[in-house]
Amino acid sequence: MALPQVKSDATEARVAALAMPDGAAWAQTARTEALARLRAMGLPARRDEYWKYTRPDTLTDAAAPPAATFDPRETPVFDTLDRIKIVFVDGVFDAEASDDILALKLKGIAIVRLSDAERFDLHWSKDIYGVLEARGQNPVERPLAALNTAFATDGIMIHVKEKIDKPINLIYLHKSDRSDAILHHCIKLEQGADLTVLESGPAAARFNKVMEVEVADGAAFHHVRVQGRDHERRAATHMFARLGAESTFKSFTLTKNGVLTRNECVVEFTGDNAVAHVAGACVGDGDFHHDDTVFVTHDAVNCESRQVFKKVLRNGATGVFQGKILVQPGAQKTDGYQISQALLLDDDAQFFAKPELEIYADDVQCSHGSTSGAIDEDALFYLRSRGVPDGQAQDLLVLAFLAEAVDEIEDPAIAEDIVSRLEAWLARHRG
Amino acid sequence: MLKIKDLHVKLEEEDKQILKGVDLDVKAGEVHAIMGPNGSGKSTLSYVLSGRDGYEVTQGAATLEGEDVLEMEPEERAAAGLFLAFQYPVEIPGVGNMTFLRTALNAQRKARGEDEVSAADFLKLIRAKAKELKIDADMLKRPVNVGFSGGEKKRNEILQMALLEPKMCILDETDSGLDVDAMKLVAGGVNALRDAGRAFLVITHYQRLLDHIVPDFVHIMANGRIVKTGGADLALEVERNGYADILNEVA
Ligand SMILES: Nc1ncnc2c1ncn2[C@@H]1O[C@H](COP(=O)(O)OP(=O)(O)O)[C@@H](O)[C@H]1O
Ligand SMILES: [Mg+2]
Repeated sequence: MALPQVKSDATEARVAALAMPDGAAWAQTARTEALARLRAMGLPARRDEYWKYTRPDTLTDAAAPPAATFDPRETPVFDTLDRIKIVFVDGVFDAEASDDILALKLKGIAIVRLSDAERFDLHWSKDIYGVLEARGQNPVERPLAALNTAFATDGIMIHVKEKIDKPINLIYLHKSDRSDAILHHCIKLEQGADLTVLESGPAAARFNKVMEVEVADGAAFHHVRVQGRDHERRAATHMFARLGAESTFKSFTLTKNGVLTRNECVVEFTGDNAVAHVAGACVGDGDFHHDDTVFVTHDAVNCESRQVFKKVLRNGATGVFQGKILVQPGAQKTDGYQISQALLLDDDAQFFAKPELEIYADDVQCSHGSTSGAIDEDALFYLRSRGVPDGQAQDLLVLAFLAEAVDEIEDPAIAEDIVSRLEAWLARHRG
Repeated sequence: MLKIKDLHVKLEEEDKQILKGVDLDVKAGEVHAIMGPNGSGKSTLSYVLSGRDGYEVTQGAATLEGEDVLEMEPEERAAAGLFLAFQYPVEIPGVGNMTFLRTALNAQRKARGEDEVSAADFLKLIRAKAKELKIDADMLKRPVNVGFSGGEKKRNEILQMALLEPKMCILDETDSGLDVDAMKLVAGGVNALRDAGRAFLVITHYQRLLDHIVPDFVHIMANGRIVKTGGADLALEVERNGYADILNEVA
């Protein structure tokens, strides 16, 4: 099927601005195939159903719109945790600023930069790089992810064979107001392995990121992300996860500010008795557009999936949620849960939700709900009547609203850090 | 302590007059009871005094220790020593009862220029107060009033009162929905707080609470006014004969 001319023109214009890095045959094949996928799909356009609530133009334009850098003047998130730091500045790995991975002599984990992995004729990441992304293109197309696979300029490949106690923190610094970063990470957890990955920072003026995660039988992957406070940045991120039997996958994202954020998460259960939770809390004031798009496919027995997304919006901020649970034939005993809620702090804020269930097995339990509403005035009065000042009482109620999402973070120290960021944001943005 | 003069209140959204000239003078150390048929304006009076939105004072005044309460924000009234035990305590999912109690106590202390209570001291304090009201640790851990039975909610109101030690306590039908044992607990909580520097306004539908919290004055409210005032025996009269006789008598 031929693409409409405008779409193919827009795609070619974007592609023309990019260059495919050199590498071994497997990497070249992965990238060339991704480019072919991209050309067949075309970049997303305004009329595409999957982009009904989010305008893709600034994400697909040949040049990135500039975004001023921003000094948050606060201790960076996760700073007090004992962690392994891997730093990218405007999408380029910064060895100086990062921990020396080789010197750390960590047992059970191997970390290598994408460009180094691509030089090997054989590398474990060849079974993941672009492979999970390609699987995630069906039944819904994700062209920005294919573009990423074809043209990613940097990224980190993490191979884990054991339980790793220290989290790995991918730190993204934004220093140039014209940076246009494309990062691609692959993470492979072998049987019984256990890893926590933290991501923090705004990355670039425009950021396209893919993370592919293979979680083998009995392995556990935890992910906590804080997208930076830069107001003008734009980001399109994809997470593709394939889960083996009895594995665990838990991802939480906090987003504060950002004119445009689209976070897609695609999870596929391939082994029985696995668990996947995807959660997000976002707070937006003014020129803020935040889109969570999630697709969970149950293709195994007795798996549990939870999607918990909460958005706090004011002053024209917009929230979007598109979430789907697909239960394939034979995926009996599926336990699927999905909730998306917006707290609209004034009449100008907007929330669009498209929750979907598609079920082809008969013995399953799936529920979903979506609401948007204002602060509960009765609760507010109750708190104030006990002496809690108006602003503080509102903050308490906002945090209470976000609690179900924040509670998805298992590590108490990380959860505490996240809550303190939310408190600080709320204190700065009182109505 | 609390002086209410010719208070007229209408609904903000509708042209409906609810209080039509209420006068009341509650002195420190006294317990006043307000009784009256449903819909006579008792809860409205308690809400207007504590600062809930939705009402408009069209005439009259109310002062707490000489200060105009009607001009204050709800939190300022609380810090000034006014407390309302709600007829229908509000459930607040996601806010832990302990967090709520500590936030409230420290907010009031801060507003009065006092030091905040440390987490450890607070824990000691709240455990002691909770024990007297037979409130278990689980009720303290749960979100505010969520999943509480009617009686638990009312006991939680009295716990807040015991913790915050307000000067002017207004109790709106704190006895409704309580069995005899729970009512004794609640009355015990109130009586423990009675002292020369504190006053109570006890709104109730039934006389039975007043067997346990013996009032100095009983007022009968009907159709937005206080129509009769007497001593504790007035409550007994209501219990025996209902409101009809009294209302006929004043009509
Ligand atoms: N917010 C409101 N909206 C509409 N009517 C109200 C509101 N508050 C009070 N009322 C009306 O005012 C009258 C007095 O109510 P209330 O103060 O609750 O009486 P009581 O507590 O004595 O039973 C009733 O007729 C009630 O329906
Ligand atoms: Mg009432």
